[in-house]
Amino acid sequence: MRQPLLALLAKEPAHGYELKLALEQIFGQAYPSPNIGQIYVTLKRLEQDGLVRSEDVEQTTRPNKRVYELTLAGRQALRAWVEEPSDGPRIRDEFFIKLILAPMAGLADRMSLMNSQRRHYLGIMRNLTELQADTDPADTTGRLLIEGAVLHLQADLDWLERCLEELV
Amino acid sequence: MRRRHPAGDNPQATPRSGGLPAPPNLPGPALLRTSKLVKVYRADGVTVEAVRGVDIELAIGEFVAIMGPSGSGKSTLLHVLGGLEPATSGEIWLRGQRVDTLSTAGWAILRRRHIGFVFQFFNLLSNMTVGDNVELPALLAGATPRQARKRREELLAELGIADKAGAAPARLSGGEQQRVALARALANEPSLLLADEPTGNLDSASTHDVLRLLRRAHAGGQAILMVTHDARVASLADRVINLFDGMVADDAKIVSIPRNVNGVSDVLELRG
Repeated sequence: MRQPLLALLAKEPAHGYELKLALEQIFGQAYPSPNIGQIYVTLKRLEQDGLVRSEDVEQTTRPNKRVYELTLAGRQALRAWVEEPSDGPRIRDEFFIKLILAPMAGLADRMSLMNSQRRHYLGIMRNLTELQADTDPADTTGRLLIEGAVLHLQADLDWLERCLEELV
Repeated sequence: MRRRHPAGDNPQATPRSGGLPAPPNLPGPALLRTSKLVKVYRADGVTVEAVRGVDIELAIGEFVAIMGPSGSGKSTLLHVLGGLEPATSGEIWLRGQRVDTLSTAGWAILRRRHIGFVFQFFNLLSNMTVGDNVELPALLAGATPRQARKRREELLAELGIADKAGAAPARLSGGEQQRVALARALANEPSLLLADEPTGNLDSASTHDVLRLLRRAHAGGQAILMVTHDARVASLADRVINLFDGMVADDAKIVSIPRNVNGVSDVLELRG
């Protein structure tokens, strides 16, 4: 959550709730709505680290709001984040460990583990294809997020088939 | 697919159950049913058991996807079910009639009236126009030229390719050619649509189009049995049958699982 908030503040100073709305608006319904509490906690930590600073802005009819802006150190941290390559997706290792260890413990056979995992993946895929059908074609960010999830899931399913070929 | 030499053991093997509960009761009477279906190829002294005792059922209007690793027998199964290749043993029933015993000519008539076929590489007739490709099956099935023309116009409009009627198939993109193939397969309002990797050769946007059309055909009551390795396509089906080694390894209804359990939010979590 840290870097996205820094990136939004690089554009213009904002208060916590504006940042939440901006994330929702940019990433659309495909992206899980960020928790406001988490945003405030993250802003406080960023401030402790010297990456943002804040000041209270008086409002006439409401309580004061705290507006955050990026510091020079924050801008440098953001630039470093943008410039470094991002990690690829992790191996979905929890299922794999289950697949290897559960039969050893006599808890399940591999074929039924793979079958129930495949059913689960296909259920998620069904949800994603429904979401895709409901997404406004003009919402490019949302469509690409869903497509990314779909492609990762397809890769997980392909890998499941490879495990099936070699392990059963 | 299991390879062995002719003097080998009994080709009939027990299907793998995978230890999961049986699929839920079918919604209606069976449109298609197989019993202990086996397909063995013999060539150069080697026997290949592609399909090894498959029992499946498809209800009227049901959409079922067949998945499985390459070589698991899924395409062979589809070809045998469409009468494109004879079964070695076992039974196939379509609309309450036993069909595995039909002659080649008998199968041709059955396909013309009751089975539509879509392939990965479209298989359109290259020396005919798009419109004639779609019109031909209706004429072969005995429709009058006027009826066949009307059906062709309806289908091409529905699939968004009305403006391509006079073109040669080769002038069309892959996605458009597959839509023509789908129109042709649906021309005689078949009881059953068999599709073999219909999106296997398409880009993402064309896959999306074909999916939309399959979904619409299914919503209109079309029964579909489709082989695919594409989970997006399979996830549209009511049920997925998984083949492994020529046998049914799993047969399960698909239930949509909200993504917040393990979906987009998991895959695309922001760092930090």
